[in-house]
Formats: sequence, C-alpha cells, structure tokens
Amino acid sequence: MNVAAAKVLMSDHASLQGLLEGVDLRASYFELFGIEAGYDVDLNAIQGRYLDLQRVVHPDRFAGMGERGQRMAVQCAAFVNEAYDTLRSPLKRALYLLEYSGHPVDIETNTVMDAGFLMEQMSLREDLGDVRESSDSEAAVAEVVERAEALMSNMQQGFVSAWQEQTEGGYKKAADFARKMHFVEKLISEAEQLEEELLDD
Amino acid sequence: MLLQISEPGQSPDPHQRKLAVGIDLGTTNSLVATVRSGSAETLPDAGGEHILPSVVHYGAECTMTGVEARRLAAEDPLNTIISVKRFMGRGVDDIRALGDVLPYRFTRADQGMPFIETVQGEKSPVQVSAEILKSLRRRAEESLGGDLLGAVITVPAYFDDAQRQATKDAARLAGLEVLRLLNEPTAAAVAYGLDQQGEGIIAVYDLGGGTFDISILRLHRGVFEVLATGGDTALGGDDFDQVVAGWILEQAGMEMSALTPEQQRKLLDSACAAKESLTDADSTEVSFEGWVGTIGRETFDALVDPLIDRTLKSVKKSLRDAKLKAADVQEVVMVGGSTRVPRVRERVAELIGKQPMTGIDPDRVVAVGAALQADVLAGNKPADDLLLLDVIPLSLGLETMGGLMEKVIHRNTTIPVARAQEFTTFKDGQTAMAIHVLQGEREVIDVNRSLARFVLNGIPPMPAGMARIRVTFQVDADGLLSVSATEQSTGVAASIEIKPSYGLSEGQITDMLQSSYTHAQEDREARKLLEARVEAERIFEALESALRKDGDILLSKEEQVHLAGEARRLAEATKSTDSAFVVKVTEEVAKASEVFAARRMNEGIRAALSGQAVEYFEPDNSQNDRPEE
Repeated sequence: MNVAAAKVLMSDHASLQGLLEGVDLRASYFELFGIEAGYDVDLNAIQGRYLDLQRVVHPDRFAGMGERGQRMAVQCAAFVNEAYDTLRSPLKRALYLLEYSGHPVDIETNTVMDAGFLMEQMSLREDLGDVRESSDSEAAVAEVVERAEALMSNMQQGFVSAWQEQTEGGYKKAADFARKMHFVEKLISEAEQLEEELLDD
Repeated sequence: MLLQISEPGQSPDPHQRKLAVGIDLGTTNSLVATVRSGSAETLPDAGGEHILPSVVHYGAECTMTGVEARRLAAEDPLNTIISVKRFMGRGVDDIRALGDVLPYRFTRADQGMPFIETVQGEKSPVQVSAEILKSLRRRAEESLGGDLLGAVITVPAYFDDAQRQATKDAARLAGLEVLRLLNEPTAAAVAYGLDQQGEGIIAVYDLGGGTFDISILRLHRGVFEVLATGGDTALGGDDFDQVVAGWILEQAGMEMSALTPEQQRKLLDSACAAKESLTDADSTEVSFEGWVGTIGRETFDALVDPLIDRTLKSVKKSLRDAKLKAADVQEVVMVGGSTRVPRVRERVAELIGKQPMTGIDPDRVVAVGAALQADVLAGNKPADDLLLLDVIPLSLGLETMGGLMEKVIHRNTTIPVARAQEFTTFKDGQTAMAIHVLQGEREVIDVNRSLARFVLNGIPPMPAGMARIRVTFQVDADGLLSVSATEQSTGVAASIEIKPSYGLSEGQITDMLQSSYTHAQEDREARKLLEARVEAERIFEALESALRKDGDILLSKEEQVHLAGEARRLAEATKSTDSAFVVKVTEEVAKASEVFAARRMNEGIRAALSGQAVEYFEPDNSQNDRPEE
C-alpha cells in the first residue's frame, strides 16, 4: 500500500457532471452562461450571468431544506463555480473549447514541443532559478513574470488564429498552443509562489 | 427537498417567523444577536450585559461561564479555561508553538486534539466551546421566548478545515443547528454594507483577541463576493498582552518560569489593563507583585509594532491575491476589540491611505452581520436581498511521492467547489491505497497542516496502473471538506476510513452527546418527536407550495396526483406520536419529490438565463430594479 503512484488526469467537466445526481444542468458551460461557444468571452457579461445563476443555486437558498437539499445545492453551485472559473481563465477556456469541439488535449502525456519554445522555456526557468542569488530578488522575479506573461499572450494569439481556421490542421495547431500555454502558466504560478516566499522572508 | 424560489419583495407571514440567531464565538468575548422588527441587535443577559466573556469555569459543583467564570480565573486558573478558541482543531504541539503562558494541564496528547484536565475530568476544547454556546443559546431562547431554529456561527476567515469542523462539533454538543459557518470579516462586511448601502471594494481588518483576519470583498447590489482572504489564526490582542507582560517582567527583574499559575494570570491581567488604558491615556501606571512602574504610549507602540507589521504583511498579500492595489480599496472596516489600539488604526490608515471606518461598534459588528444572514437563511426575508460568495482561505491538496504537496483546490477559490483527481495503483493486485490530505501553501508537506489520512479499500484487484481511482474533493458553503472515491473502470465505490488529524471522531462526539443528556428519557423522546414533526411540516409546506406554483407546468397529471397523495400521506404521518415513523415517511416523501425538485432547479436556472442579466454591466446604481423571477 503506497501513496498513489501516478496521476492520470486533472479535474474535468465530465466528472463534475457525474456528481449532479439527476440534475440536468445545461450541457455545456457556454450554454449554462448563455453565450456562443468560442474563445472570445465578454468577462463583464459572464459576471452578470454568474451572479444570476448563484442566486438560484447557492446552498444559502436551500438553508433548512435538509441534508439532501444542501447536497444538491452544493453540487450545483460547485458546477456553476467551475464553469465560471473555466470561462474566465485563458488556459482553461482554451482546453475546454477544444474538448467541447471534440479535440481533447492530453496535457499530461503528450509533451512534445518545438525547439524554439523549449529554448525560451529553459531560459525563463534558468532565470527563475537564479532569482534568489540576484542582488534584487524581487525585481528579478518580477521580470521573469513579465516575460512569461508576454509569452502567454503570444500563445493566446496563436491559439485564436489556429482555432479560427476551423480545420483539422487548425485544431491540431490550437491544441499545441494550448499545451504551451499550460507550460507557461505553470511557470508563472511557480514564479508567483517564489515572489510570495520572498515577501514572507 | 424542494427548491424554494421566493418572490422578490414578498416576506413570509409574520406568524411564520422563525427564531434564528447570529453568534460571534470569539476568543475573548462572545455575543448573540437576532433580527427583531427589521433591525439586528445583540441580546443582553438578565443583568443587561451584551458581552459574554469566553471563559468557562469547571467547579466541583457546577460549570460557570462568562463574567462569573472570569472572576475565578486568578484564584483557580487550572479549572478556568480562557481563550479556548486558540486550541480549536489544534494539536498539543501547535499549542506549545503559540508560545504563551498557559496554566492548564494537557492530557492525552497522543490523540492529536488536547484534553484539559479539570476537576470535572478531561475536557476537550470542543466541549469547552460548547459550554459558551449553550450559555448563549439559553440567553437567546429566554429572551425570544421559544426554541431556536438554528444559528449562524462566525469563524475567522483564516480558520482551516480542522478548526471549522471543531466549531461545528461544538455547536452540535450545545444542541444548536448550524445554519451556516460564516467568516467573521464577511459578517462584518454584511453589517457594514447593508447599513451603509456600500458598493465597491472593501477591506475588512479584523484583529480580535486571538486571531487576525483580512478580507477583500467586492460589494455589488446585495452580493458580497470575497476576492481574497488571509490572516493569522494565532495573532491577536492576547499577544499584545503577552509582550507587555514580558516588558513588565523585564523591568521588574523577574522570570516567567518562577511564577505560579495564579501570578501568571495576574500578570496578564495587569498587562491587559495597561493596554486598555493606553487607548486614551499617554501613559499609565502598572504594578505587579510589589513592583510599580509607568509605561508610556511610545514604549507600548514599539512593543506592539512587530505584531502590527505581521498583520500589514497579510493585508498586502491579500491585496496581491485579489490583484488589487491599496488605492483600489474604497473603505476599510475595522473589526475586533484590538482595533481600538490607536497605533493599529494609525498604521492601517498609513498603508491604505484612508481613515478606517470605526462607526459600528467593533465588538458587535460580527454578531450583527451573522444575525442578518441567519434571518435570511431562516426564510424570514427574501433571499434575493443578500448573497454571500466566500472563498477557501488555504489551498487543499494531497501528498505525492517525495513528501511534496500537490494542490487540488487553490486558496481563494470560491466555494462551494468540487474537484476530482485520478490515481492508479502501484502494484499488481493492490486493493487499498493511502491518501494524505493536507491544507497549506508550501510545497513541502511538513509546513502544511495535515487534515486527515484516508485509506481507500475495496479496489478490485487488477494489474498495476490499470485501476482508475477518482478522488473527489468537495468543499461546501461552510468551507468544510468531504472526500469521496470511486474506481472508474468497475464503478466500485472505494470505502473511506477517515482519521482526522486534529479533531474528535464521530464516536467521541456521540459519547459526549449521550453523557451530556440530563433530560429524563421522556424528555428526550418528546424532543425527538418535536424535531421530527418540524421537519415533516417543513417538507409538507415546501411540497404543497411547489405543487401550487409549478405543479401544472412541470408535472404530468399523473405525477401531480401522485405527489399530492404523498403530501397527504405526510400530513397524516405528522399526527403520529412515533418519531421514527414520522422520520421515515418524511424521508420517503422527500425522496419521491426529488425529480420535481430537480425540474424546479432547472427551471430556476432557465429563468436566470432568460432574465435580463444585461443590467449588471450598465452603469446603473439604483437598488431595486432587478428583474422579477
């Protein structure tokens, strides 16, 4: 008996839907939020929808409705939160859109990247590793974050134009960009964690 | 269980008003509040006192709480438990790490949760807290003249899962139905926001007796959305007393270790008195065991500055998490008695660049906010007026290979939330798997808090790597975690054994509940029957009203007839004097109406979708123009 050896995949849409025990919430996050399936999302608009939805499903609307009522509301509200979280995040939205359109991305196992991207990644990672030795650590880490965010924004643009091709080749390219976004996002979150640790010290 | 869609602006009949209270279960002081004739007020005891000191005295003859108990603190420190909130959901090692002078004798350290040795035997922090809650419950029931439907109990936003669970267990021991655990800063924001019709970004700085919390919220038309929260569950006014006590000893040339528990208590009392007089005076006299001296504001400020620094660091971190700058904050609300210290107000104003709001009594604001939410949750007020969207304060994750923590749910994620993770087996034919659940921010597990260890049993034997075990973390609106697991390829639900790292087991709670019943057997039966009937009536009313409103639209003729029959059957069962029978029929009818409830939920969502959500992003600040549902 040992701590779980390998992780297969992260949380996904299907698993949460499975939790909803007979409540058939709208089939997709896009429908739930009443928007067209696509990468461009009006963040102000979905915020309004989000509050409307929470007013209906939040467990506080089921107080005193017993354990069963609470359970159902918790699951529905969690589903709405997950949908909102996905639609707001550039990376999660990209992955979800690909899955929704029948081109799921296998983030964990498919790790082949082009050489140019790998070089850029490595250089960023090296700089991140050197941050603590830098004379001004806080400025050094902020610079890494800035560069990674610029890279992220490039990847997003790449994703959008590949997606717009609406061809099998285009979807494949879009999936590649999404995988790259995943790596950059991971790097950004590590850099932010380090930034925080520097503040704490 | 039926979705209650209340019409906006339409309150239930006055005779149906349910008694619900808000309880601020504080480290130093506790309060209970309720909404009466439209406004929230704290309830006084028979002697007119609103504040109940969070002190419990276990005497040979009886148990006392509040002022009476506190009077005995110096005389009988071993049996008088002060600031027990600091021990909730904590292990003995954590308590030692608080670094305080504690006169208590802790026993059974091996069990994770410490027990305190008293003349009435060993008492867990949960039991001590339950005494405080019982006392507040009695006060509320006497002054409101009836049994309480339930209570909203506040906890520091930064409380972890173990501390929240311990608080909920204490309520259970006190016989209180918890309508919701509410974060203290969110409660304060509710009291403030509803009072001032606030809009925009608010920071709530809450420095209590033993805990510090900071929350950054966005207020928009009755929705209180917590953007980030942070703090320190072991930092508060008590620490101010400790540093002043340290200074007194230094001046007097004495050693803490040489003092008796009685002297230690007296020392802390004089330190606290000095702190309080320095709120208005520039200097004050202190005396201890023959030594007499003077402490000035400047000396005091220098002593507490390092503690205030720690709070300001949390404020900056939370602003960062919310992706905001100090200048974005419209108002700072000050909560907790320790915000009376002038140096605290000065330093907060300096950081945010605004004078903090101190208009509402910082001691009462949390209880008032909790009472306002309790009123909504009890169904006395249309729920549309108020919606609280809170977050989890600390990340939740699992131990992976190499003693590292993998985060499954990140801090400041809006709750409720559910996330799943899949695992596979490591060896051929493996049928069990150990999972270690952690809470905290660092990568290395040692610095994070161990919440529980789970063993998943009943995995069907198969070759290594073939099993697909999906572990689902779910955090409810109280911020409490539950975990479930299924093997995906076979659909077998793996059973879970939970061993909370710092808490009471279900068995311990049941034992405590049983031994605490002083009622005679009949009393217990009568209470059970009463509770069963209340629940049955609630389901009956909900079903009837749902059938009236939506029966024609959402149900076939056949379904309507069937559910109407079920409702009648329930009404009939309610007349029975057999509580088990009433519970059984209630369960059956609730189950039969589940499909209807699900359809109503979807209908609610459909209505929300077709409502003109457009008005949310128009610059329109009027309050009462939300579309009718």
